[in-house]
Amino acid sequence: MPARKEGHVGKWLVSGPPLLYLVVFFAVPTLIMVLASFRTPGEFGGLAPLVDEAGKLDLNAESYVRFFTETVYAAVFLKSIVYALVTTFLCLVIAYPLAALVAKSPKKYRDLLLLLVILPFWSNFLIRIYAWMIILGPQAALARGVNGMLAWLGQEPVPLLFSSFAVLVCLVYVHLPFMVLPLYANLEKHDPALLDAAQDLGAGAWQRFWRITFPLSLPGVYAGAALVFIPALGIFAIPDILGGPDDTLIGNLIKQQFLETRDWPFGSVLSIVLTISALALAGLAAFVGRRNLVTPSSEEAARA
Amino acid sequence: MALLEIKNVTRRFGEFVAVDGVSLAIEAGEFFTLLGPSGCGKTTLLRMIAGFDLPDGGSVLLDGKDLAESPPEARPVRTVFQSYALFPHMTVEGNVAFPLQMAKIEEREIAPKIAAALEDVRLVGFGKRYPHELSGGQKQRVAIARALVTHPTVLLLDEPLAALDAKLREEMQIELINLQKDVGITFVYVTHDQTEALALSHRIAVMNAGRVEQLDEPSRIYGFPKSRFVADFIGHCNLLSGPVAANAAGVITVDVAGLGAVRVAAASTLAPGSPATVALRPEMIRIGAEAAAGTPDNHFRGTVAELLYMGDVTVYRVDTPGGQKVEALLANSATGRAKFFEVGDAVEMSWPVAAGHFIEE
Repeated sequence: MPARKEGHVGKWLVSGPPLLYLVVFFAVPTLIMVLASFRTPGEFGGLAPLVDEAGKLDLNAESYVRFFTETVYAAVFLKSIVYALVTTFLCLVIAYPLAALVAKSPKKYRDLLLLLVILPFWSNFLIRIYAWMIILGPQAALARGVNGMLAWLGQEPVPLLFSSFAVLVCLVYVHLPFMVLPLYANLEKHDPALLDAAQDLGAGAWQRFWRITFPLSLPGVYAGAALVFIPALGIFAIPDILGGPDDTLIGNLIKQQFLETRDWPFGSVLSIVLTISALALAGLAAFVGRRNLVTPSSEEAARA
Repeated sequence: MALLEIKNVTRRFGEFVAVDGVSLAIEAGEFFTLLGPSGCGKTTLLRMIAGFDLPDGGSVLLDGKDLAESPPEARPVRTVFQSYALFPHMTVEGNVAFPLQMAKIEEREIAPKIAAALEDVRLVGFGKRYPHELSGGQKQRVAIARALVTHPTVLLLDEPLAALDAKLREEMQIELINLQKDVGITFVYVTHDQTEALALSHRIAVMNAGRVEQLDEPSRIYGFPKSRFVADFIGHCNLLSGPVAANAAGVITVDVAGLGAVRVAAASTLAPGSPATVALRPEMIRIGAEAAAGTPDNHFRGTVAELLYMGDVTVYRVDTPGGQKVEALLANSATGRAKFFEVGDAVEMSWPVAAGHFIEE
C-alpha cells in the first residue's frame, strides 16, 4: 500500500541521519578500539604494524593479561567506582531537596529556578574546575578559615586543594545538574492528591515521603544516578587538576596510556573495561528498577 | 448531641468567601449530602472536616471535641477522593493495608482486615492487582475499602462517582446505600448531581454561594424547595413569579405575567402586592387535548412549542397565548410508546392548588 510505504520512507528519513552518525562516530571507533586492544604497542608509541615482517597477523591478548594480573589497575578501577558511587550518592542527597523545592514552587518561578540550575553550563567546564583551584587554594578564605579553626583546636593544618576532598567536591559540583533535572522532571508529575490521601489515611510527613514520594520518584533517581555515575566513572580532568598524587582514577590512567606512556593497546583495554562496567552497572540498575516500578503517571495513562 | 457539628464556619480566599457562616449538625449513622453547583463551597467545607483546610471563623466539632488542633492524619475521618488517589506503586492489598500500617496495627491482624474490607466492596480476588489494572468502578471500590478498613467515625466522599459512566454510577449508588447501611458509619457526601443526592441521602444540605440554602430530607427538598435557587437547582421546575393578588383560606393567588392568576395552597401571611413565586414541577401538570373534567383549580391553554422525546417520558414546552413558557412532562404510556402530542398541537394544562409550591421572595 502506498501510504504504508510512504511512512516507511519517512521513518528512515527521520531515524537515518542519527543512525548514520552513531555508526560512524560511535560504533566504528569502538570497533577500532576493540581491534587496537589486541594489537602490540609500537616501538615509539601508537601501534605496531598489524601484519609483521614475517607476514603473520600480529594479534594477542597480552594487554588483557596485564590488566587482569597486575592488581594495581584493578585497585584504580575500584577506587574510581568508589569515587563515582560517593559522587552519585552526594548528588542525590543534595539534588533531591533542590528538585523537590523547584517542583513545589509556584509555576511562574519554576523556569527561573531551573535556569539557575543549568546556569553553570554557560561557562566552560575547565574554567569552572580552575575556579575551584582558587576557591580551595591555600590563600583563599575557605582554607584560612578551616585551618584557623584547626589551629585553634590544636590540630595540624590540612591542604584543601590537591586532595580527594577537592576532587569529590568538584565531581559533585559538576554533576549536580544531571541529578536535579531528571528528579525534577519526575517530582513535578506527582499527583498532590496522593499525598493528601496518604495524610488522610494517617501518614505523617516522614511516612508520606518514604512510602509515597520516594518510591514514586525512583525512575527519576535511577535516571539521575546513571547520568551522574557513568560520566563520573570516566572523568580525568578533575583529578588531574584538583587531585593529589593518590587521586589517579581510571580516566587518568587511560589518558596516560594514550598520551604519556603511549601504549595504545593497553589504553584500549582500560577503555573497554570501563565501557563494559558502566554498561553492566546501568543494566543492573535498569533491571532492579524495572521490578515493580510504576511511574506516577502510568495510572493516568492506563485510564486514558 | 450530634456526632459532627459545624458551627458558624467561614472560609475566605482573599476577597472571595468560599464558606459563609455555615452551621450543620450531622448525626451518627447518617448519610448526609452537601449538594450545590461548583464553587458553592461544598468541597471547601469537606476539606475543613478532613483537616486539609482550616476555617477562618467558627469551629468543627467531632463528638463534641474541637478538631482545630488535629492535623488530617490525626482525625478519625477518612476521605474518598474524586480522583480515587490510589497509590500506583502499591497493589490493591498494599493500598488497603496502608492505613492499617499507619495505625501500627500488628502485621498478623492486617491480612484478615484487608480480606474483610475487600469483601465489603465485593473485590475478593483483586488483592494482588495494581491500580492501573483496574477499571474505574473497581478503583472506586478500592478507594472506599481503603478508607473504611480502619473503621473511621466519619467517611467523607468527594464526588466519588463523577468519573464513572451513567450505568455504573447507578449501580455504585445502590452499593453505597447498602454499604453505608451495613457498616453504619456516618457518610458525608459531596456532589453537584441532584439526582444522586436525592437517591442516596438521608438528609441534604443544598449550598449556594457559601451558604446553606436548605437543609432537609430529599423528598422535602424536591417537593418543598425553600427558595427559587433550590427549586431551580433540584430537578426541573416551572418558576411562575408575580405579585400576590389574593391570600385567603390557605390559598394564595399569584398574578403571573403572560399566564394569569395561578392559585396555590400555602400557609403564608404574605400581603397582596408582595412578590412571590409558584414552583411547579413539570410532572405535576395534567396535560391533555381536551380540558379536564370539572373545574380544576388552575387551567391554562397553550401550544406545544418544543418537545424532548426521552423514551419513557416526553417533556413538552408549552407556550401560552400570553407568552409564558410552561414545561410539562408526560409518561409515554400509550401503546407503542409514542408521544401524545406533536409540536404545534393545542393543549390544555391544569393542576390542583396542592400541586404547586409557594415561595416567598
